[in-house]
Amino acid sequence: MQGLYAQLLVGLINGSFYALLSLGLAVIFGMLNIINFAHGALYMMGAFCAYFLLNLLGMNYWYALIIAPIAVGFFGILLERTMLQWLTGLDHLYGLLLTFGLGLIIQGVFQNYFGSSGLPYAIPDQLKGGWNLGFMYLPIYRAWVVFLSLAICLLTWYLIERTRLGAYLRAATENPVLVRAFGINVPRMITLTYGLGVGLAALAGVLSAPINQVRPLMGADLIIVVFAVVVIGGMGSIMGSIITGFALGVIEGLTKYFYPEASNTVVFVLMVLVLLVKPTGLTGRAT
Amino acid sequence: MKNRMMMSLLLGSALAALSAGLAAAQDKAVKIGVLSDQSGLYADLGGPGSVLAAQMAAEDSGLAAKGWKIDVISGDHQNKPDIGTSIARQWFDVEKVDTIVDVPNSGVALAVNNVVKEKNGVYINSGAATSDLTNAQCSPNTVHWTYDTYMLAHTTGQALVKAGGDTWFFLTADYAFGAALERDTTAVITANGGKVVGGVKHPLNTPDFSSFLLQAQSSKAKIIGLANAGGDTTNAIKQAAEFGIGKGGQKLAALLLFLTDVKAIGLETAQGLNFTETFYWDANDATRAFSKRFSARIKNGAAPTMVQAGVYAGLLHYFKALEALGGNPHDGVKVVDKMKSMPTDDPLFGKGAIWPNGRTIHSAYLFEVKTPAESKGPWDLYKLVGTVPGDQAFTPLAQSTCALLKK
Repeated sequence: MQGLYAQLLVGLINGSFYALLSLGLAVIFGMLNIINFAHGALYMMGAFCAYFLLNLLGMNYWYALIIAPIAVGFFGILLERTMLQWLTGLDHLYGLLLTFGLGLIIQGVFQNYFGSSGLPYAIPDQLKGGWNLGFMYLPIYRAWVVFLSLAICLLTWYLIERTRLGAYLRAATENPVLVRAFGINVPRMITLTYGLGVGLAALAGVLSAPINQVRPLMGADLIIVVFAVVVIGGMGSIMGSIITGFALGVIEGLTKYFYPEASNTVVFVLMVLVLLVKPTGLTGRAT
Repeated sequence: MKNRMMMSLLLGSALAALSAGLAAAQDKAVKIGVLSDQSGLYADLGGPGSVLAAQMAAEDSGLAAKGWKIDVISGDHQNKPDIGTSIARQWFDVEKVDTIVDVPNSGVALAVNNVVKEKNGVYINSGAATSDLTNAQCSPNTVHWTYDTYMLAHTTGQALVKAGGDTWFFLTADYAFGAALERDTTAVITANGGKVVGGVKHPLNTPDFSSFLLQAQSSKAKIIGLANAGGDTTNAIKQAAEFGIGKGGQKLAALLLFLTDVKAIGLETAQGLNFTETFYWDANDATRAFSKRFSARIKNGAAPTMVQAGVYAGLLHYFKALEALGGNPHDGVKVVDKMKSMPTDDPLFGKGAIWPNGRTIHSAYLFEVKTPAESKGPWDLYKLVGTVPGDQAFTPLAQSTCALLKK
């Protein structure tokens, strides 16, 4: 039983990464109608950004937490301005191909320079150590990851679903022409939204740098699961992707406890089941 | 008309047969295929570095000056046995490759082993760990150069059990390699009076080990045995430190650890780990000289791993055998027999031999990872704590289950 509590908590930790990444994907898909296959590569760039900040500029984790998402977010904005914006109104397939290709290129460039085994990144001193909870040893850093991702997820949800800016965004997705008629710069909003989604991926990258290796392939390993999370949660649904992210982390954690061999397939089995029963995802609306 | 077509077909096939016959005769051309994980989690320990090692071996053999033509090509098996075997088949059938080298990932290595045997090629395996290559699945076409699971179990594993680590919990990569390493280590543990209290099999390429580490923690085993490799091992070690495994009195046994893994974990976390390798770049003048040339030519200036060193040394020995035969007979069994009949002697692994089951015998070294204070350079990572002679490190011939020995 003790072990079970521990696995639930660990599942929640992994779920935080799924939630942050799928949230970024959902935001981008909801607003731009683009399935951002470069998301894993951008997540990886976030982690590398943290590594460079530390080793080239001597800026620690706390700076990285702020600078990396902004820097990678700007890179995202650049991508949107120079390439993605031309895809507006075209079939999903074009966006998929473009972002998938971009992801492969970014990943390939990093792999060319840094190999595949990765670079070390230490846990910041303030978050080292852990608490003994009786049923498990909880590293402080992991608790911090859960706390921060929850906060960021809720903040993003609030921004999009409850503020005026969010209302503009949602309106612009529904009917860009009409929103433009009200004097709102829709293309700029879309660019910023893509930047925000990319920034979320980079933030997840910084968070994971001290836990995993900073590796060129770190995004590729994770992103397939995250796509399954988005599909299960319902494409474009903000709250749906947050909740499914955490829930699937927990389900995966439990699988690791009861039948570890299946831990990397359980998410996909669930995805198949959900698609069979409710093709729009758990919280998705039919469009 | 129909007859004439028949005639030309016959003539054509006769010509083809004739040219095939010519190719089968002794000549001085040899083609090497380096089959490795070029882009995944094992790419740094083999991959492009193994291709470079093969090219260096070709250059250093001196055969080019004696009128030989050596071609080196490479392929990426992506850690998938089906891709590995189809590349191997294509190499033998279309590219006319004589020899396949490296092939990390035991799953792929065993699959390719069968193809090489079927095509009567030469197989010099450096990257894979499974001891099955020279036991149940041994082949007259195969030389297993660098290391194997029996060696790892009987060096690192045995040392830990003898030092009092008598209860074990395994974190095992869920494929041929992990299974072989766990099996061989378990044999050593039980033979020395210890016992295995549990274990989990995790999928290859697992980014998060926390669930498994918690299970290992609650098992109260004294030793947590890592029967995995590459990125899996580095993640497990890094996260074990995070979960306070060492402070709780449990000890990690990295049964297989490569130079690039230690580099990736960083000395801060890796310091004090004990493990075994058969080659270290900073062992003596000869290895340092090779490594200097290697680092100058590899993209990120890395020092060679034992797998890459094994590719180099294995090929040097292969070229010696070819030279002794006076030409390339394009007959795998014949060349491998010649390789087995000659004692091995190269700058990287020293003097040794290839046993009849295909196992190359050389010393194994127990290393400890240096502390950050002890390290004097970016690749100054190990200190030597012990040496095990080759005939004690590898499966004794009497215990080998290889069918070749029962003649």
